[in-house]
Amino acid sequence: MGSRASSLLREEDIEEIKKETGFSHSQITRLYSRFHSLDKGENGALSREDFQRIPELAINPLGDRIINAFFPEGEDQVNFRGFMRTLAHFRPVEDNEKNKDPSAGEPLNSRNNKLLFAFRLYDLDRDDKISRDELLQVLRMMVGVNISDEQLGSIADRTIQEADTNGDMCISFSEFIKVLEKVDVEQKMSIRFLH
Amino acid sequence: MGGFWAAVVPVLQMFFLSLLLLIMLPAMFGFSLGITETYMKILIKTLKWATLRIQKSSKEEETLKHSSSNGLIQRDDSSLEKEIGERRGNRRGDFALSDVFYFSKKGIESIVEDEVTQRFSSEELVSWNLLTRTNNNFHYISLRLTILWGVGVIVRYGILLPLRLMVWMSEILTGYHCYFELVHVMCYRICARGLSATIHYHNRENKPKKGGICVANHTSPIDVVILANDGGYAMVGQVHGGLMGVVQRAMVRACPHIWFERAEMKDRHLVTQRLRDHVNDKKKLPILIFPEGTCINNTSVMMFKKGSFEIGGTIYPVAIKYDPQFGDAFWNSAKYNMVSYLLRMMTSWAIVCNVWYLPPMTQKEGEDAVQFANRVKSAIAQQGGLVDLSWDGGLKRAKVKDTFKQEQQKKYSCMVVGDDSSE
Repeated sequence: MGSRASSLLREEDIEEIKKETGFSHSQITRLYSRFHSLDKGENGALSREDFQRIPELAINPLGDRIINAFFPEGEDQVNFRGFMRTLAHFRPVEDNEKNKDPSAGEPLNSRNNKLLFAFRLYDLDRDDKISRDELLQVLRMMVGVNISDEQLGSIADRTIQEADTNGDMCISFSEFIKVLEKVDVEQKMSIRFLH
Repeated sequence: MGGFWAAVVPVLQMFFLSLLLLIMLPAMFGFSLGITETYMKILIKTLKWATLRIQKSSKEEETLKHSSSNGLIQRDDSSLEKEIGERRGNRRGDFALSDVFYFSKKGIESIVEDEVTQRFSSEELVSWNLLTRTNNNFHYISLRLTILWGVGVIVRYGILLPLRLMVWMSEILTGYHCYFELVHVMCYRICARGLSATIHYHNRENKPKKGGICVANHTSPIDVVILANDGGYAMVGQVHGGLMGVVQRAMVRACPHIWFERAEMKDRHLVTQRLRDHVNDKKKLPILIFPEGTCINNTSVMMFKKGSFEIGGTIYPVAIKYDPQFGDAFWNSAKYNMVSYLLRMMTSWAIVCNVWYLPPMTQKEGEDAVQFANRVKSAIAQQGGLVDLSWDGGLKRAKVKDTFKQEQQKKYSCMVVGDDSSE
């Protein structure tokens, strides 16, 4: 925790991250401190082991899936940009952001992108569909050994039946959105970042 | 050039020798010449001035808006039951695709800020105390401040460090040959004085008595010096190699401490029996134990291992809180070894701490060792103004046990299938 932490992050980088994620200057520097303290190897990137060292995350039933969300396809290291990009999904939605810059594309913390984050927790092979098998695996992570295979299977079947509209026995992203349209996603998937 | 040094060296020698005597003599006899007090007063005034300058400039530049005592995020503290339970409504047991929201939010919250990993590194300071090592968010403020910092470096490395080194070396030399408890305490006093340690003892009527067990929160090896300044204790611990081993062997010659070989430590019965024997001998000094098992950064108290609370006997809890403004006492054993830690200690401004002796506690009827340990831990945390955590300090190095994850899974399963077996 020395002065090295803030000196490695340049002003241009902070500006770019600000534009991309919407975090404020001080939030970015503090999150960089946090990134740096998690980076035990001090190589400017986090590995899966670095995340697993956080006890509260290690005991989270979906801990591994959440960690996976930080790493792009096939990669083992996530740099600070990637770290911030993933965290940005959990910024609360602010009304005035809609008017800021229409050409910038959808902000990372929009309702849609929050739902996409959750969708990807289920979609293990990243083929944009949640199959029965994938749903079963995630369910198994959440309940541990406490529910039988048959019972879990029927829960999965019921869930897919309720969501599936085009009969392919899988849940696509649009079907996922439809099922959750009444849920207050903005509140449930937002974290209040101070300052 | 040679002539210059020939003149300067004896002057320096006289200077250091006189300072040495001025520190050691009063320490040996337990009275104070007021040098340390004057030094502290100057130090406090200087740091206050530095803080005001930083605050003034931050108001102008709006750079230091946040205070590190606030967290990064505001946690909701909603439980699994509340978040998912409220969805159940009329359906007795249920799974919904939105259940992942709770877990992912909690997961991301812990990635941004968690209660445990921050305890194993030094505390962030609200305002800079002119030590290089704590200079995280404080960039160049003003010329005067930088000059002051420069002067500070010269003072700390040029005067304080050699002085303290000499005090310590003479202490080790005399300590190696001392056989009496009195001389022992004297050595600790010199030690403390050498570090410019200012210790405030509170509630000394509760001081641990012979045949008791003294239990304290652990921040650094200096804790031992701090407590031993006010009375003798029998230490318990593992036999170390290296510098620590030399010190341990020296200490045993003066008083009966209890050192264990590494292999013996694994045998819990053996350990408990030896400690019990020591405690039952009412003539022996109170045992000093740090039940956390490892150094924590003095912002919280972590899980107390139940071993010390199974011995029987009276527990005398002690809370130790260091003032971080004058120097960070925490020993991050993962990052620094003993020697570099001592170097950092000797180049800090001073060690200022408060020691509270809490009223003795004994195990209640029907209370098991774990509950007793937690009760003592809460008392210490409350007195010292520390956060009371039930996480294991061993998480510094080891992975968390799977049982905690299984507990969460069990709780969630209950919600999915409905509370009882009435399906």
